[in-house]
Amino acid sequence: MKLIYEKSQPGRRASHIPRPEGLPRPELPDALRRSAPPRLPEVPEFELIRHFTELSTRNFGVDTGFYPLGSCTMKYNPRINERLAALPGFARLHPLQDEAGAQGALELMWRLQEILAEVTGLDAVSLQPAAGSQGELTGLMLVRAYFDALGQSEQRRKVVIPDTAHGTNPASVTMAGYELTPVRTDARGNIDVDDLRGKVDEHTAALMLTNPSTLGLFDENIEEIGRIFHGAGALMYYDGANLNAVCGISRPGDMGFDIVHINLHKTFSQPHGGGGPGGGPIAVRRTLEPYLPVPAVIRRQDGTFAYDFDRPQTIGKVRGYAGPFGVFVRSYAFLRMWGPRLREMSEVAVLNANYVLARLKEAYDLPFDRLCMHEFVLSARSLKREHGITALDVAKRLMDYGFHPPTIYFPLIVPEALMVEPTETETKETLDAFCDAMLAIAREAAEEPELLKEAPHDRPVRRLDEVRAAKQPVVKYAFEQHPELDAEPRPVAAEAPKGV
Amino acid sequence: MSHPFLALTDDDREEMLRTIGVESVDELFRDIPAGVHFGRELDLEPALSEQELFAHVSELAARNADAGSELSFLGAGIYDHYVPAVVDAVLQRGELLTAYTPYQPEMSQGVLQAIFEYQTAICELTGMDVSNASGYDGTTVAADACFIAKHATGRSRLVVTEATSPQVRQVVKTYAPGFGLDVVEVPHEDGTTDPEALARAAEDAAAVIFQQPNFFGCLEPAPELAAAAGDAGALAIVHADPLSLGVLEAPGQYGASIVLGEGQAAGNFPSYGGPHYGFLAARQEFIRRMPGRIVGETLDTAGERGYVLTLQTREQHIRREKATSNITTNQTLLALGGLVYLTWLGPQGLRELGETCLSLAAYAKQRLAERAGLEALFSGQTTFKEFAIRVGRNAHEVVAAARERGVHPGYALGRDYPGMDDVLLVAVTERRTPEEIDRLADVLAEVAG
Repeated sequence: MKLIYEKSQPGRRASHIPRPEGLPRPELPDALRRSAPPRLPEVPEFELIRHFTELSTRNFGVDTGFYPLGSCTMKYNPRINERLAALPGFARLHPLQDEAGAQGALELMWRLQEILAEVTGLDAVSLQPAAGSQGELTGLMLVRAYFDALGQSEQRRKVVIPDTAHGTNPASVTMAGYELTPVRTDARGNIDVDDLRGKVDEHTAALMLTNPSTLGLFDENIEEIGRIFHGAGALMYYDGANLNAVCGISRPGDMGFDIVHINLHKTFSQPHGGGGPGGGPIAVRRTLEPYLPVPAVIRRQDGTFAYDFDRPQTIGKVRGYAGPFGVFVRSYAFLRMWGPRLREMSEVAVLNANYVLARLKEAYDLPFDRLCMHEFVLSARSLKREHGITALDVAKRLMDYGFHPPTIYFPLIVPEALMVEPTETETKETLDAFCDAMLAIAREAAEEPELLKEAPHDRPVRRLDEVRAAKQPVVKYAFEQHPELDAEPRPVAAEAPKGV
Repeated sequence: MSHPFLALTDDDREEMLRTIGVESVDELFRDIPAGVHFGRELDLEPALSEQELFAHVSELAARNADAGSELSFLGAGIYDHYVPAVVDAVLQRGELLTAYTPYQPEMSQGVLQAIFEYQTAICELTGMDVSNASGYDGTTVAADACFIAKHATGRSRLVVTEATSPQVRQVVKTYAPGFGLDVVEVPHEDGTTDPEALARAAEDAAAVIFQQPNFFGCLEPAPELAAAAGDAGALAIVHADPLSLGVLEAPGQYGASIVLGEGQAAGNFPSYGGPHYGFLAARQEFIRRMPGRIVGETLDTAGERGYVLTLQTREQHIRREKATSNITTNQTLLALGGLVYLTWLGPQGLRELGETCLSLAAYAKQRLAERAGLEALFSGQTTFKEFAIRVGRNAHEVVAAARERGVHPGYALGRDYPGMDDVLLVAVTERRTPEEIDRLADVLAEVAG
């Protein structure tokens, strides 16, 4: 399909800009005036809509079908959320509006903070971080501020992270100026507590842990882990990527964690938009509250809501204003439609995952044979050994059956990993259809391996050459190779629609 | 009891439990130690139906004074530009709205091609060689750029002009200690930055950040500032208003190393501060130091053109603690809104928009002087769509008094700039009419000191 730049013709346009008459026309200094216009597309409005509609037909979302992408919690995103976030009282509200003119927005944020504190079992919440990884970085900044105040920040330089962690954890450690201490996973899929004991001491600042882990397993030794860290005077950070497993069932604060981030775009239904936006609020124990980002959203004695900038020990700001407010509206709406029934959400997410696991574990390798939480990790290592079929081949073949593939090759400790997260919002018929497809693919691997090697067959493109893309990066349109686009308007050649 | 977001019937559950080989759902949680089981119901208000929810949240929205219910001249980084209906129409396509990051390119050509087109548009606007797929907002991309500068130069000092957005400066200062950077601020002189003062500060600096137009709306001597940075071996990082770039020179033409900014003005609603997108573009030499997602063009096995996430060895899921950034979720949907908006504008629309903003702001300055006797604070400077005025008494009081008359006259600068307690920053976009500007002048004539 053509790029929008290849549909452009000089002189066409969709916009009409007000041009009030009789106004002053200030001259810009020559050195500051634009010398050559940007080559933005020139198309009429209906071509714009057709272009982006065609692009959308070449994309797959939760609204299109089953999307069991492990660790991403691709659940249904309620449409009411979109209607609410678009209300003019929210969408056209300026972030620097006087507090008196933003009471409804402030109240919504305060109420969301209260709900998140209850769900995580912690005392204070900052909604500011823009995504999970920014929540992590903010959490590590809080750790530093906490030990600064204790006069221990020079001494405590290490952050402990298990080998199953998301890549964001170690990357956040570096950005926060800390050093990484990796810890192994044991034969049951828990943190190796013996390995851990030797690595936690007076130089340790914190643990970063996802629980349930990226293996989809709840760490059975979580209480002992808490004793080890708190006994050494260190803090515990909870990566909330997998919170969908335990809402109303087990709270990070009760597990011993001091800082938690919540992925609003996973657990609480902010649509992921093809890559974002997200929301990564953090919840903390009372002892860490003084260091939270400013402004804090508070309720005053008289019942009105306000920003509190007067936090002398704050780490500062990690993002503009008070955070991604439109995301708060959507997640607040979602949480209010669940209320205390949130536990049922997690129960069904875990039930669905265990059902799919039970149906698939004979056909694929299961590295840790336990009941899973909201997701599980299979391995295609036997398929690879016996038939030369990799996790990538399985993933691509699933597309032919109309499903988005699971997460593959993660976590890193499982070879040929296939990480499946069905979420709570699926019918049993869909789960069964997915299981049937996975079982059929396992048979095809033995009988017709070329079907898998050549997959996908029906998508808008075949497998793409990623090595070529990285070796000779082409990261923007090469106008200079298409000089005709600068020429006078000419008749546009019709392009036969693909697949018709 | 049914729930609109659940589907399993009692029969489904029984069959599923039987297949799993457990008696009850509770048994699925047996790996959770008893000591950390949550022993009660969540203390939350009862679940609402969609209709009840709509009524409740609508009531909250109605208690806000938005730019549709009061005449607003608020800007200071977030602007009330018109967002055309085509943006909403595209962003509400479920195939785009409800997709994850495009890890599987064959399922995601729509988003991938759109990001490639977005990267092209950002490079065109800024005069840069490579753009990423977006950052969180206009503040965090500045912190990202500092990380690039730190590692590209090995230097540990960062210079930022005082006339750069306070939000940006605060975020950069929050990130800087973790990067091992000290932040130095260069004061403004009569609303703009003195190139010689900047040159002195830039010695041994990793980078210089300045804003064009700056936070006061004034046009900086950008080529001289970029040269001052370059002469000192520091990266020139320009924080630009994307909607100014139809009339103002592309920073790539005057020596910028990195150009970034807040994308909200181009295609996103103010939305009380987010979600928006931050754009970040750089010269080719920094391509392997870029943070976040980048989309590249390639071929499929049939030789057809297609798009993939590329240069992923920079990123956290591959490189972990050695990554160029920890970012994973970005602001793709909002950046897509930016692409749709810039496509709607076209080059002609972008230029006209800039000219209209320039004209209306000049008209506003003139009317505030004539009707309210209020002079622009930096009267010698050329401004774009925003300018500072002294209002003769505490600007917060002036805002409160004007709001009682249905006009939000601008942003009070006192919190961010000592000595500016009586200064308002007034923003004028193409959505304001000359008549509305006259009304602002009349109201300020009443309430200013």
